[in-house]
Amino acid sequence: MCKKSSSSQKLRAMSSAATTSPSVDKVDGFSRKSVRKAKQKRSQSSSQFRSQGKPIELTPLPLLKDVPAPEQPELFLKKLQQCCTVFDFMDTLSDLKMKEYKRSTLNELVDYVTVSRGYLTEQAYPEVVKMVSHNIFRTLPPSDSNEFDPEEDEPTLEASWPHLQLVYEFFIRFLESQEFQPSIAKKYIDQKFVLQLLELFDSEDPRERDYLKTVLHRIYGKFLGLRAFIRKQINNIFLRFVYETEHFNGVAELLEILGSIINGFALPLKAEHKQFLVKVLIPLHTVRSLSLFHAQLAYCIVQFLEKDPTLTEPVIRGLLKFWPKTCSQKEVMFLGELEEILDVIEPTQFVKIQEPLFKQISRCVSSPHFQVAERALYYWNNEYIMSLIEENSSVILPIMFASLYRISKEHWNPAIVALVYNVLKAFMEMNSTLFDELTATYKSDRQREKKKEKEREELWKKLEDLELKRGLRSDGIIPT
Amino acid sequence: AAEEGGPCQSKMAGADGDDSLYPIAVLIDELRNEDVQLRLNSIKKLSTIALALGVERTRTELLPFLTDTIYDEDEVLLALAEQLGNFTMLVGGPEYVHCLLPPLESLATVEETVVRDKAVESLRKISQEHSPVDLEVHFEPLVKRLASGDWFTSRTSACGLFSVCYPRVSSTVKAEIRQHFRTLCSDDTPMVRRAAASKLGEFAKVLELDYVKSDIISLFTALASDEQDSVRLLAVEACVSIATLLPQEDLETLVMPTLRQAAEDKSWRVRYMVADKFSELQKAVGPEITKNDLVPAFQNLLKDCEAEVRAAAANKVKEFCENLPEDNREQIIMTHILPCVKELVSDTNQHVKSALASVIMGLSTILGKDNTIEHLLPLFLAQLKDECPEVRLNIISNLDCVNEVIGIRQLSQSLLPAIVELAEDAKWRVRLAIIEYMPLLAGQLGVEFFDEKLNTLCMAWLIDHVYAIREAATCNLMKLVEKFGAEWAQNTIVPKVLGMANDPNYLHRMTTLFCINVIVHCCGYPYREITTKQMLPVVLKMSNDQVANVRFNVAKSLQKIGPVLDSNALQTEVKPVLEKLASDTDMDVKYFAQEAISGECLSSSTIVDKLNT
Repeated sequence: MCKKSSSSQKLRAMSSAATTSPSVDKVDGFSRKSVRKAKQKRSQSSSQFRSQGKPIELTPLPLLKDVPAPEQPELFLKKLQQCCTVFDFMDTLSDLKMKEYKRSTLNELVDYVTVSRGYLTEQAYPEVVKMVSHNIFRTLPPSDSNEFDPEEDEPTLEASWPHLQLVYEFFIRFLESQEFQPSIAKKYIDQKFVLQLLELFDSEDPRERDYLKTVLHRIYGKFLGLRAFIRKQINNIFLRFVYETEHFNGVAELLEILGSIINGFALPLKAEHKQFLVKVLIPLHTVRSLSLFHAQLAYCIVQFLEKDPTLTEPVIRGLLKFWPKTCSQKEVMFLGELEEILDVIEPTQFVKIQEPLFKQISRCVSSPHFQVAERALYYWNNEYIMSLIEENSSVILPIMFASLYRISKEHWNPAIVALVYNVLKAFMEMNSTLFDELTATYKSDRQREKKKEKEREELWKKLEDLELKRGLRSDGIIPT
Repeated sequence: AAEEGGPCQSKMAGADGDDSLYPIAVLIDELRNEDVQLRLNSIKKLSTIALALGVERTRTELLPFLTDTIYDEDEVLLALAEQLGNFTMLVGGPEYVHCLLPPLESLATVEETVVRDKAVESLRKISQEHSPVDLEVHFEPLVKRLASGDWFTSRTSACGLFSVCYPRVSSTVKAEIRQHFRTLCSDDTPMVRRAAASKLGEFAKVLELDYVKSDIISLFTALASDEQDSVRLLAVEACVSIATLLPQEDLETLVMPTLRQAAEDKSWRVRYMVADKFSELQKAVGPEITKNDLVPAFQNLLKDCEAEVRAAAANKVKEFCENLPEDNREQIIMTHILPCVKELVSDTNQHVKSALASVIMGLSTILGKDNTIEHLLPLFLAQLKDECPEVRLNIISNLDCVNEVIGIRQLSQSLLPAIVELAEDAKWRVRLAIIEYMPLLAGQLGVEFFDEKLNTLCMAWLIDHVYAIREAATCNLMKLVEKFGAEWAQNTIVPKVLGMANDPNYLHRMTTLFCINVIVHCCGYPYREITTKQMLPVVLKMSNDQVANVRFNVAKSLQKIGPVLDSNALQTEVKPVLEKLASDTDMDVKYFAQEAISGECLSSSTIVDKLNT
């Protein structure tokens, strides 16, 4: 964040200064006191938690394996109820014994649901959901750093993780248990539950988001009645993320889940799904923090296109519409995604989109940022793309030629120039007649362009004069 | 690209013939241009084109064309949405303003929020230009269409349009509008509910009081207990407007239950919003409710478990206290607020402490001299010693409030060490901030105290290793000279500044020049003695410096000093030096010397003559 001191810009004769008095540059009226405090590992706990000040007391219960089988379900319920108690982990000294007791109880519960049979009575369902809700559902605290940048900053870890992890672990085992019956559970795992679960995806703690991903995936798999609702709520989260806040920590995880959901869509695709692609997934490319979820996003897009190739045109047009203008890093990502799309494109679709597509590629190839130019030029190493270009060389070559020709003469980076030569050579071999024609007319084409440019300027000038004239004439009528 | 040859031809044809024919051709051509920038340029000149076309062709050709071609980049659409808001006269005045609705309606459904918001802004603007009849025939149907659109974007846009047409339509249409608003408040996408919640207050203001009580209150209650905190917090904002509209006796039953609930919401964002809007809420609900409800609520917010909330509340401490009913203000502050404030002084979070430090001094005017000395002064002193520099800075920047009540001397014992420590802080931004308060401090502490304790600091900043600090220190000198006068400058500043001209570090030598520039500027004509006798010789001598940067800054300084010199000094002393510099080996030195020579020419005609010959 620190603004570079402007002195460096104002002084351009540093070298002469350095030769005269190299040592005095460090003269400074102040001693340096910048003793950097070692960055503490940050952790946070639920925002809702208000410590009651009183120590928490739980009466220790016998182990499940120590009681006869018929009594186990009853004891299981009791243990679930005990585990509803939430501890303050920001206070590392309070309730140590009880925290340890709850941890071991949770551990026991995890084992119990994994191996036991016949424990899942109907009464257990509401208690399980209640215990999970009490532990995991909480208002996420404000981010520690004002502008949390997931790329730069260390994530804040959840303080109550020792318990939280076990609760998640338990819940997943519960959902995956052979005895688990969605028809009973759906009374408790409802829309409201899912909504709260989705809000947790904003957690800064990547470990928690990872568990949430599995949980949501299981719920999506087992509760058919919730599927549409889950998709819609994810829609809303993404739309808010794109158009309102640009902040949500769990986008990558949600996209990962969607990737496998899309995989399972039936054909023909419903209008709802197509709308999701065009109105939600494509706009996600505009977000500043794209790099954090781009891989997952590109995967989703390609999944869609493999399902339904006719979506290629709207997708590519969408990408072209949101093509990054100033961020080269994003531009490289776009080019990567486009290559993934081209890898699976059908030739008939390619023909529909080739003109706008190669106009953009031609701009990328001539980017002064060598990574962008390089990424675009790598397309010519892709055999499938090469075959598509070859088939359509009469369209593509004229679009690309001017940029390639110009770069081969004036790009600052020798590696790019070398790549461009290869591309030009490839084109020459593909369609030598057209290539020669374009080479011959290159100069006159440029001149014509310049002339057109000049004409345009003149016309605008005339138009302005006209405005001035009319403006004067109608001064009395049109108030300013 | 296919039509490239064509439009160009048509443009030319148009230009040769009827003048009024070609603008639309140019526009269409430019709107299809591949280069976004060119498309953008032509949209930004839309009014030029409309003016050239005349009102009728604008209505019949340009607007339909625009309506049909709204599939462009958001940047272009944004420009278009903005332009159309100012188009009323260009389509023929209020009588025809409804022609602008179709393109704006499309723009109001676009995904990109900024475009949509701009379209709504323009629609709101032109709604005022509709006659009541047109409003019902053209505008209100558009609002209805948007309100029942399929995609959430059009429904969010609709939320912003209800309040502008409501006051000017018939009662049946009014009933419809209220119905639409109700529907959107319970929309199943949170985006729309947020939009509705954010317009709730505005809509309430245009409704008849009975409907506020019947309709708005139930919507307000529902939104304030929405499942999403992003909706609930917007209801808090609406609460201010709604409470202002209702008679005092209804507040308790209609608003307070919801407000109390919001102040204790489980989401810190909602509580933050309550804290942030606290002064407005306080004014809206009046003194009685403030005393009974808001005081304890405020205490809770000051003690909230989230630092964000505490900081927002701490920011409001002064305003809240100021607006308490006067009869028992002091008692409320002393028994309820001050204990919380005392705790915040040693809060664990620095943002909380610094928020408090930025307002706490304001309490002294409210509490008076005795209370300030007894209760507040210890807090000020504690904050002056806080480990976080921002806290100390905030205290120092508000010294004027205390100065009025108890005089600054009470603080000077602690003040000085705090200032010295900030002046030497390792972060240059902190040093920069304290420099900015120097003129203020100098004014309040007086010249004697300043000379004795602070002057050395000010001079030390001039040789800071960060340029921004040296620059600020130079600027600070100027302000000090303005405050204490030229004579003071001559005695205390000038010798030290000129002494630096011989410093081995060229950066310090340049600082001399920068200081001279500002001192000359504020001492001005009456004191040109100092300039001619003391400063000019030093500057001239520095023209022989071996560092080029120093030399070209000499040229720049001479240009600045020129106006206060007499023509003799200019001719005999300045001119030869500049001429010498103009033939320097360094091209920058040459450049600035030539600049200075021609600059001198501009400043006075007598000098022009002399230098030109």
